[in-house]
Amino acid sequence: MNTEKIIEITGLTKKYKKLIAVNNLNLNVYKGDVFGFLGPNGAGKSTTIRMLLTLINPTSGNIKIFGKDLTEHRKEILAKVGAIVEKPDFYLYLTAYKNLEILGKMSGANVSKINIMEILELVGLDKRYDSKVKTFSHGMKQRLGIAQALLHNPELVILDEPTVGLDPHGIKEVREIILRLSSEKQITIFLSSHILKEIELIANRMVIINKGQTIIEGEVKQLLSNDNDEVEINFRSELKIQEVLSTSIFASHTFSVTDSQLNINLPEEKIPQLIKTFVENNCDIYSVERKKSLEDYFLKITDEK
Amino acid sequence: MLYNLVNIELLKIFKKWRSYLGYLGIGVIVAIVQVNLYLHGDSYVNHLTRGLSENFFISGNLLNGYLIAHLILTALFNLFPLSIVLIAGEILAGEATAGTYRLIITRPVSRLQILTSKIIAGAVYTFSILLWMFIVSCIISLFVFGSGELFIFENGISVFAQDDILWRFALSYSHIFLSMMLVFSLSMLFSSFVENAIGPIIAVMSILIVMVIVSQLPFDFTQTIKPYIFTNYMSDWHTFFSYDIDWNLIQKSVLVLGGHSIIFIIATIIIFLRKDILT
Repeated sequence: MNTEKIIEITGLTKKYKKLIAVNNLNLNVYKGDVFGFLGPNGAGKSTTIRMLLTLINPTSGNIKIFGKDLTEHRKEILAKVGAIVEKPDFYLYLTAYKNLEILGKMSGANVSKINIMEILELVGLDKRYDSKVKTFSHGMKQRLGIAQALLHNPELVILDEPTVGLDPHGIKEVREIILRLSSEKQITIFLSSHILKEIELIANRMVIINKGQTIIEGEVKQLLSNDNDEVEINFRSELKIQEVLSTSIFASHTFSVTDSQLNINLPEEKIPQLIKTFVENNCDIYSVERKKSLEDYFLKITDEK
Repeated sequence: MLYNLVNIELLKIFKKWRSYLGYLGIGVIVAIVQVNLYLHGDSYVNHLTRGLSENFFISGNLLNGYLIAHLILTALFNLFPLSIVLIAGEILAGEATAGTYRLIITRPVSRLQILTSKIIAGAVYTFSILLWMFIVSCIISLFVFGSGELFIFENGISVFAQDDILWRFALSYSHIFLSMMLVFSLSMLFSSFVENAIGPIIAVMSILIVMVIVSQLPFDFTQTIKPYIFTNYMSDWHTFFSYDIDWNLIQKSVLVLGGHSIIFIIATIIIFLRKDILT
């Protein structure tokens, strides 16, 4: 793992009168990370992202990006940051090209016409470059949002719910773009999403926040392997399932059998042994599925707190 | 960077159809006045001079471009604030409504630069409205109705020679520009508070109307507070069309109008720099 910190948040707090939106939040994002930022609605994710982008002033705490204090080096830092914050809004009365041209100029980077057309091609909007944004669907605006975030070749991209409103094809494309940015260009990605599967598929590290505080932070794989998986096995008949299990080494595990379907909790490494046991006892297995997911983990963690 | 930002703001203003309402309104009204005077100008001149013709012999082209330009400026002066407020009211709040604050404030430009560019673009728009007014009311009227001495029928009669007129218009328009910048800065201030452009437009127009009405009321209290009502100074440009220009009055009104504008702009800057962008 790269140890160079790209984002370092220390004791970050945002209060609105009596409401504490973010409460003493601490987190670190390292160079090259695809960092998943998770939390239930109202956890303080958007407020944190807005503070990272200087849209909101923190009540207290410190944000360092690229090792520099955000307040003191705001312009220098934002020149290397691309972002989508919540829904993608643009100047509807301007064309896609004109919107990107304006934002390119404001980014201070030398963004040429060729750069703009390339980025529009990347998000599949090159054929609609001359259309006014008011004629775009939500999905198209979302793609344009990604285009504006990447326009000035940022080193850090902050994406707040980037796949909201996209069709499955669009979601897959965005996922691929994110992975490509991370692997090919070494861009650090800070990704907030409600689609937990998305984080599971894309992110290498993540944090779960609730009520404005960090609950857990670490590597996605490590966090997911800390607990037993729920395994769902489907048979054609429930005959013998109970009997085989009761006489095997898995007898002590929690399980249930309903309509020729077995649900059992056990560690990931024991799954092959379980399948072998059934096969040796002439039980025909038609499907095996790991039910343990980030979603379960997320719900468990946030419920506990 | 500021040059780029001003260009961007001007592009945003002039790509919206609403921005052309002011030009359209002025153009249509001026055209109606000009056509009417072209067709029925003689009876209008007779009406103006009905008390004079018994004692004076009036010769020359009384119904000339300058007279019409002055007539139109007097009549349409109250329309300018509306055309300015329509743009200024949404110059900040419009970004909040559209959610585009998130796009521009996350760029490596300071909020002060963004605000400055919006103020400069607003000043350019205000200037262009007044320039348009001058072109359609004065230059076109001179072309259609010809030149001549300017007769002003306010507090008696003043007559100005042809070579004594244009500078008066220039100073009048400069004074009106200052008044409109005050309207613009007040709209910006309201626009910085809220997230919907309609609010500032209604609020500023209401304030202007209430102030004008209050300053006209013949009560001791309203007359006492009249010097502190800035709208009272906005029509001081009329003094440029008198023989003895009251420079003290002009100086005072410039200070009041300019001072208010600066205060409103400083307040806007303070609010905007601290504002949490939640839209």
